[in-house]
Amino acid sequence: MTEIDAIDRTLLRELSLDAGQSAGALARKVNLSQPATYRRLRRLEAAGVLAGRWLDLDLERLGLGVTVFLGIKLATKGRVSLQDFERAITAIPEVQSVQHVLGLYDYRLRVVARDLPDFERVLRRRIMTLPGVGEVEANVLLSEEVRPGPI
Amino acid sequence: MRDDLDRRLLRHLHADPALTATALARRADTTGAVAARRLERLRADGVIRGRHARIDWRALGFEVEVSLRVTLDKTESGAFDQFIAAARQVREVIEIQTFLGRVDVRLGVIARSMSHYQEIYRDRILALPHIADIEALMHVATLKTESSLPI
Repeated sequence: MTEIDAIDRTLLRELSLDAGQSAGALARKVNLSQPATYRRLRRLEAAGVLAGRWLDLDLERLGLGVTVFLGIKLATKGRVSLQDFERAITAIPEVQSVQHVLGLYDYRLRVVARDLPDFERVLRRRIMTLPGVGEVEANVLLSEEVRPGPI
Repeated sequence: MRDDLDRRLLRHLHADPALTATALARRADTTGAVAARRLERLRADGVIRGRHARIDWRALGFEVEVSLRVTLDKTESGAFDQFIAAARQVREVIEIQTFLGRVDVRLGVIARSMSHYQEIYRDRILALPHIADIEALMHVATLKTESSLPI
């Protein structure tokens, strides 16, 4: 586990808001020299705390009007290869993220589609046809916010 | 709708948001100047809303991640707003999503350990207003993170 101080926290918070900021701009915000700031950023990257970036797109403007979260329970555990299922499900382009979970469902999927009929097509033709898919629950995303978290 | 080049740029940038303009242009088969102009335009049009750092909470010692699926007591007017406003005050809540479906709200919660999670759940989460029902999914592994974009 990586220990971080108040300055690291500020850097992480700033980069979570806008990852495009230069080391110079960040240095001014934390009152450090640019090289010192740069060293801290490298350290956070090397420790894996800064784990890349994500792009916030307005999917609706790209014609992807619907985001649905699916909970999937596998029907025949043991007889279906989890690996085969995972390989097949991650290969579907509309499936944006796949999480293996414990609880009511085995997998949690984020699926994007143009609209509800398009989502139904993806669900019926690509997801329900995979071997081992049992119970499926769909919830249509209405709003989403990413919080800064405990930093 | 966007033309082919816009879609190519967005697909590549979405898959790897850390790409430099030059590397992105090469992958999308265009020049750096054209790519830069297109990206500027996509930002101005609100298609690209921002680029954010991804923080790996595990590297900071948060070993536990749980999805809490909450059903609210909708007979209370303002249940959604009051619940969400209160959930924002819990630092360990890193994501708040609202849905149309069986689940009303999902909270992404992180904790340092199972006992820390127990503490957050008992003292902070169950104290949130208007909860009718709550279910937990424990994250085991993430198999795919928003790397594909079906456009």
